[in-house]
Formats: sequence, structure tokens, C-alpha cells
Amino acid sequence: FRIMAGKVKWVTDIEKSVLINNFEKRGWIQVAENEDWNFYWMSVQTIRNVFSVETGYRLSDDQIVNHFPNHYELTRKDLMVKNIKRYRKELEKEGSPLAEKDENGKYIYLDFVPVTFMLPADYNLFVEEFRKNPSSTWIMKPCGKAQGKGIFLINKLSQIKKWSRDSKTSSFVSQSSKEAYVISLYINNPLLIGGKKFDLRLYVLVSTYRPLRCYMYKLGFCRFCTVKYTPSTSELDNMFVHLTNVAIQKHGDDYNHIHGGKWTVSNLRLYLESTRGKEVTSKLFDEIHWIIVQSLKAVAPVMNNDKHCFECYGYDIIIDDKLKPWLIEVNASPSLTSSTANDRILKYNLINDTLNIAVPNGEIPDCKWNKSPPKEVLGNYEVLYDEEMAQSDGPERDLRSRPGQSTGAKGNRARDLGKPVLTTWK
Amino acid sequence: LDPDRGLSLTIARVVQRLQGSSLHSQLERQARGSLHKPEIKLESLKEDIKEFLKRSGWEKKLQNAVYSELNVFPSPCHPAAPPEHIKEPLAYMRKAQGSWEKRILKSLNSMCTELSIPLAQKRPANEQKELLNKWNEMGTDEPDLSLFRPVYAPKDFLEVLMNLRNPNCENGEQPSFRNHLGLIQVPLKVKDISELKEDFCELGLNIGQLGIDDSAQVPPEFFENEHVRVGQKVLAEQDSAAAQQYVRQGCPTALRADLWALILNISNQPEDILYYEQLKSNVIQHNLLVDSLIYKDVKLTASNDDYYFVFEDYLYQVLLCFSRDTSVLEHFTYSSATPPKSYIQGKLGMEEYAVFYPPNVNYNSFILSVAPLCFLYHEPSKLYQIFREMYVRFFFRLHSISSHPSGIVSLCLLFETLLQTHLPQLFYHLREIGAQPLRISFKWMVRAFSGYLATDQLLLLWDRILGYNSLEILAVLAAAVFAFRAVNLMEVTSLAAAEAVLADLSTLKVMPLLQIFLFATVT
Repeated sequence: FRIMAGKVKWVTDIEKSVLINNFEKRGWIQVAENEDWNFYWMSVQTIRNVFSVETGYRLSDDQIVNHFPNHYELTRKDLMVKNIKRYRKELEKEGSPLAEKDENGKYIYLDFVPVTFMLPADYNLFVEEFRKNPSSTWIMKPCGKAQGKGIFLINKLSQIKKWSRDSKTSSFVSQSSKEAYVISLYINNPLLIGGKKFDLRLYVLVSTYRPLRCYMYKLGFCRFCTVKYTPSTSELDNMFVHLTNVAIQKHGDDYNHIHGGKWTVSNLRLYLESTRGKEVTSKLFDEIHWIIVQSLKAVAPVMNNDKHCFECYGYDIIIDDKLKPWLIEVNASPSLTSSTANDRILKYNLINDTLNIAVPNGEIPDCKWNKSPPKEVLGNYEVLYDEEMAQSDGPERDLRSRPGQSTGAKGNRARDLGKPVLTTWK
Repeated sequence: LDPDRGLSLTIARVVQRLQGSSLHSQLERQARGSLHKPEIKLESLKEDIKEFLKRSGWEKKLQNAVYSELNVFPSPCHPAAPPEHIKEPLAYMRKAQGSWEKRILKSLNSMCTELSIPLAQKRPANEQKELLNKWNEMGTDEPDLSLFRPVYAPKDFLEVLMNLRNPNCENGEQPSFRNHLGLIQVPLKVKDISELKEDFCELGLNIGQLGIDDSAQVPPEFFENEHVRVGQKVLAEQDSAAAQQYVRQGCPTALRADLWALILNISNQPEDILYYEQLKSNVIQHNLLVDSLIYKDVKLTASNDDYYFVFEDYLYQVLLCFSRDTSVLEHFTYSSATPPKSYIQGKLGMEEYAVFYPPNVNYNSFILSVAPLCFLYHEPSKLYQIFREMYVRFFFRLHSISSHPSGIVSLCLLFETLLQTHLPQLFYHLREIGAQPLRISFKWMVRAFSGYLATDQLLLLWDRILGYNSLEILAVLAAAVFAFRAVNLMEVTSLAAAEAVLADLSTLKVMPLLQIFLFATVT
């Protein structure tokens, strides 16, 4: 029973027009951080402050923020891998069929993150793995950075000597986490289109982790490198060949400002269906949805499921030439910068649909609500996984059969009439 | 000409064309090889071999080849008709095409003189090596193209078409509602809606279509599943004629590449691949002026396109080869165009050093007709052959002046007539504000809508081009688009505003538009 029917008061520390235009079009009122606010779209630094022991404060029932307090369990490269490894081990211990392994010891259903080690902590483990395959290429990524900063490729142990020296010292614990790196097996056989490497950026909205309720934005896109792909060792240093981040590619000679090197996911789907066939394409997209849901399930137990929070993640996925998708990383603050006109429209609509789900009816929020928006407000989102719904389907569902509906951006085929799509596997 | 005579002429022509072809030698080899088989008996040799060829699928291949010939080459009109009449029966059209070609060639030649570049020259050895290395990524090259200009723009071509006149037809009357109010002023026969309804009967309201009946709201059991099953069967049978009939209702995305190849009778044999490699080596060895024009046009069009930019490098490969492919010359027997000929520098008059220029040296229309094919074929030689066949069957008619029902002149006239007949108020309004509809729709038709529609919609449209072996659907779609946006168009007061209403076609769904226009509009 609402006493006041005032306008939503918003704050943001991210000055992006796609955000501000969306707030203004709802007639919301901009306020300062220290005033009474209902909605705060914050950067990851700010969320750290809000929930920190020293500077934090309690949020009231009519306040909503766009990050979960410990989102880094998913969005830091090292923690993501740690959580997924832990999740897999737990399932294995339980004897869950999901954790089944093949004859080579690889997980059949849960092998979606390239082999990864933390440096300097796991240096020796890494060396052991490296020596099994000395001609392999590995990719070094700083744990705390984004936009492709600080990433480089190696194919010789000597190139990462720095981390081996440090691991021998007993005081590596004092090493600031900013210098921590992850090293992953580089996917040197990416699926190429027109000879170029690309990755997928997909947006996933999580409104609650327990029960898990997440939505996938139908309008994801592919980001292409401007330079032809080659696994040749002479080009390992050429970031224009290997890294798809727009922040990197836009400095290349051939970067085009009209299309920005981006393709819609529906284009990708059309191309794959036409050249590879429908079954393998549907299977690919099902697998992509699967790995997203599994990654969220992996971190759900450790997530602070604060009811004031929702989060819109940017998932980066690479498809290899055997049409297997790999989860590369998850971004807590996907870029809201628009590199092209189409981009601006897409991001504007993304925020619009996100706000419609997170702040129902555009009214002053009540964080006690059940977080179950009606189907009509989803916009370009569709339900990826709804734990409550899935559980109410009963335990007789076979975990191994994943009929999973294809939801490529081209079609929203809700064949389970009335039920949310994609909840056919638990 | 009595039908029997016509038939025997056609047979004679098809036999002549297939004789000595690789299919012919394969059939001979198969027949000879079959002699060892027990079921072939000397007493009934002929029948047994025929039976064998039927059972082993070779008869079907021959059928497909014959069907292909019939589709591509027009039937002979009269045994005494001179070759020009097969190209183009109307004298004034031939003349107009000839003048247009002269104009293009003059423009090309003056560009060569200005830039001191020969039309064709042999590449020095180091340049050849470099190009060979870069063959797969020509898109990253950045030669200086600022001095090259497109030879003509679509509107130049439209001007020429607008000025066509039949000297035998005196049009002394003042233009009124009784005459044609559009830009095209030649009295070609075009179909009306009832004829189009008959021709395109498979697009009717009570027949399932991909592009309509496969949408999310329709359960796939109603149409889609069965249609896919039939498509798979057609492919298994390898029957060109059946495939052509089938695709009238649209191709399932996964089957489209194979169905189109079947209709166009492209099988990508080793000798086809070899031919492509030979063309590639011609490109490496010789540099044509036209190459720079191609390069510039790809950069201007496809590189900036949201869908096609990914395939930029394929486009260079296909188009550079195409401009050296002398087998394309065959289509000039039934095209009103005659290609300008040039010789490699220093080899004037020596036929083996002759280089033919396809009449449309403005390549952006080409480019846009290759680019959608990249969504279907990623093997260069197959992509090349499909494109070449599409060109010599259909797309060449968009760039030359002729009276053919699928020629650009007829398409323009068909579009204007449909609009004037069924949306007279709109037509009149647009004309009054100086926005002749053809000025806007011309660029769509001349590019077969490529670069304007979303790719999946474009492919559904091209399914029907193949299915009906005609480009008339382009004119119908153009009219349907105007009909769809009629309300907004009635409110505009300038050409610029009309262009703005019709600027973005990327959200249109072509099949519903066509269906409504043909079958659900009160006429």
C-alpha cells in the first residue's frame, strides 16, 4: 500500500547518454549521491564502497542498485575460474550426471572454460601443463583489467619468467591483487568468417541468484577483428589479429566507423545455418545458453543475493572451428559507449528493457517484490533460466536430454506455450 | 513458326550446346564402363544402357543440364532470324544499348588517358608474387584510388532509360490519366495483376510460404516441418526442375545453398575448380584498369555495409576473376549488350590477348549481387560459379537496355504501371510533388534489393527469382513497398521527404508484402 507516488530519484556516476536518456524519458528525477535516491546506476568502484565494511551503508527498501556486492566472484577472471572449478568438483562429489567425464578425463557437459591457471600462485602447475604440449600458445590476462589492456600471448616459458621468480618467494601473499594474472590455453582454432576471428558479446540480466532468475538479451553481437586471422607465431604480438575488443580494434588502420566491425547474432545464425546446417547451429546456441546458466549456477552459492541488487552482465564467448563455444569472461560493467549509430540504438534499448524488468512500471521500487515481471515487459529479453519455474516442473525431467529451445535473435520460438523458454533443463 | 519446327530447333540447339561438354564425355565414359555389367546384353544394348543410365542417376544429370539450357537460352524465334534478334528483337532498343556502351567505353578510355594507365597490362614479376601472397586479404590494401571515379551512377542509367522512344510509335497526345504518367515512355507489354496472380500462384494466401508460415507464432507442424522434409527429398533426387518448383515457397536456410546450386546446375567438378584457379592466375599476371574500379567500388559499398563487410576479401576475388572470364561471353548471344574489347598493351589485334569488359563497369551493382551469396557459399570456386550463373541468367538484364520481360526497362514499366493502376492517388500525389516513384525505386530494382533488405529477407526474395526464373518479382515488391508506406507517403511534400520515408527497408518482411499486394488488395 503505497503512501507516496512520487517520481523515481536517480543517481549515476557513469555519464553515458544511453543511460541518462532512459532515465529522463521515464520522467525520473536526477539527484545527488548524498540525497535520497531510489535508483543508482553505479560503477564497480562505487558498489565496492557501498558494501564495504568501512564506508558502506544500509540500503533502504526503496533503493535499487545495478550490481551485486560481490559480483567479482563472476566477473574477475581468476575468481570465475575458481568458482567454476569448485562447482564442477562439488557436482562430481555428489555423483551428478552433469559432472560426467569422458575417457580422457574431460568433463562432457562442463568443459566450457579453457584450461586456466592463476599466476603466480599456480605457476608450477602451469609449467607441468605447458610441458605436456610445448608448442601450445597461452594467453596472459591481468585479473583486474578490462578492454584488452595488458593482455599478451606467449608460447615460451621464458616469456613469463617474471611470475616464476615471484612464486618462489614466500611473501607472494603480499602481492597486490592487481598484478595477479590468469593464464589460459589460447584458442588458436577460432571459427573464422571471411577469414577473420570474432567473438560474441551477449547480455545477461540477473535479477536474483537464489532462486536463480536470469534473462538473455536477444540482440547480442559479434565483434570482428579487422585483420585476417593467422595462428602463425610471427603474428603473436599483433593484437589486431587476436583481440576482438573494440577498444583495441578501433585503433587499427582498417577500422570502419559505420558498422564498427560488428555483426548481429541473427546474421551469425543465418550464416551458420546456411553453411553448416540447422542442427549444428541450434546445438551451438543451446550450448551457449547452457554455459551461461552453468556459470551463474556456479557462483550462485557464494553470491550475496542482496535484494536491492540486479546486474546486467556482458558475456564474452568464442566459438572454435568445431562449433564449440568457450566462455572467455564475464563483464560487470559492459561498455555503454556507442561506436556506431546501430550500437547506440542497441544499447539504448538494452538499458530500456533492463530498467523495465528491474524497476517495474518505472515506479518507486520496493525491493521486497517477487522479482517476477510479467512477460509483456521483457522487451528484447527472454527468460534464460528461472529456477522456480524449473523446479515446479518436477524431478522426473531427464537431466541429460537437453531439448533446449533455440532462441537465436531471429526467432522467439516459445514452443512450450506459456512456459518460459529454455527451462527444459535443470 | 509451327510448334514442331520450333521444338526441333530447340532440340538441335540444346544438343549442339551439350555436345563436347564434360557431361557428354562423362556419359560416354559411364556408358562404356557399363558394358562390363551383366545386365547389359548385346541384343538390347541401347535399351539396357539407357536403363543403366537412368538407374545410376546419370539420366537425371542430363535432364538437369537440358533444363538448365532451356531456362537460360531463349527459344529461337525463327530459323531465319539473324543473331541480333536473339540478343534483342527491337531495333531501337539495340541502338540505344549500342549508344550507351559507346558512352561507357569513351568514359573508360578518357579515364585511361587522364591517368596514363592502360586498360590492360602485364604485371611485373615481383608485383605478381606480392598479389599471390595477398590473395586472401586484398581488403587490407590501400592503393591510391582517389583519381578513379565510378564510370556512371544509377541515375545516369535511369536518364538513358527515360529517354528511350519507339520511333514507330507517335505519341502526340497530351499526357493524361489515359496515358502513362511515369518516367518510362516506351510501349512494352507488361503483365497486369491478374496475370501476375496466375504466374505467381504459389504465393497465394492459402499456400504455405517460408517467410510467413515459419514465423514464431505458427507451430512448425502446420507447414514448416513438411516443407523441410520435401526439400530434403528434392535434394536427394537431385532434380533441377523439382527444385525450381519447390523454392517458389521458399528455401529452408539449411537447404538453400544446395537447392540453388541444383537449380543453377552447379556441381563444382574438379574441372570447374581448375578453371577458377586459371582465372586467378590471369588476375595475378595481368593488371586491368577495371580492377581499380572494382576495388574502389567494393570499398565504397560492401566495406561499409552492416552485413557484407565481413566478406570484403571474397568480393575482390570473385569480381577480379569475373572480369577475366571469357566464358561469360557466351551470354552475349542472348543479351542486348556487346562487350567492349580491349587488348593487353602491345598485343593489339591478337585474340589470345583480348580482354572483354562486361558492359556494366559500374561494379557496385555487381558487388551487391555477389555479397549475399557469401552467406551461402564459403568455398571460393563454388561461390564464383554460383555468382557467374546468377549473372548470366538474371542480373545482366538489370544493366542492359532490352525489351525482355525481365530486363530493367520492363521492370521499371511494370513497377510504374502497377503503382499507377492500383494506387493512382498516391502515384499522382508523388508526381505532383516532383517525386516520381521510379526515381526512388530504381536503385532497389537495379540492385535486386541487395543492400536494402535484411539478408534473410533478401534470400527469401531471391528464392522466388530462381523459382520463377524471372526478375518481375522485383517490380512487384517495389510496388508493394510503396503500397505499404502509402499513408506516410501521402503526407510528404517533397522528393527528399519521400526518400526519407523509404530510406530504411531493413525491417521489411518481403513475403507478407508480396502476398498482400498480389492477393489481398482490392483491385
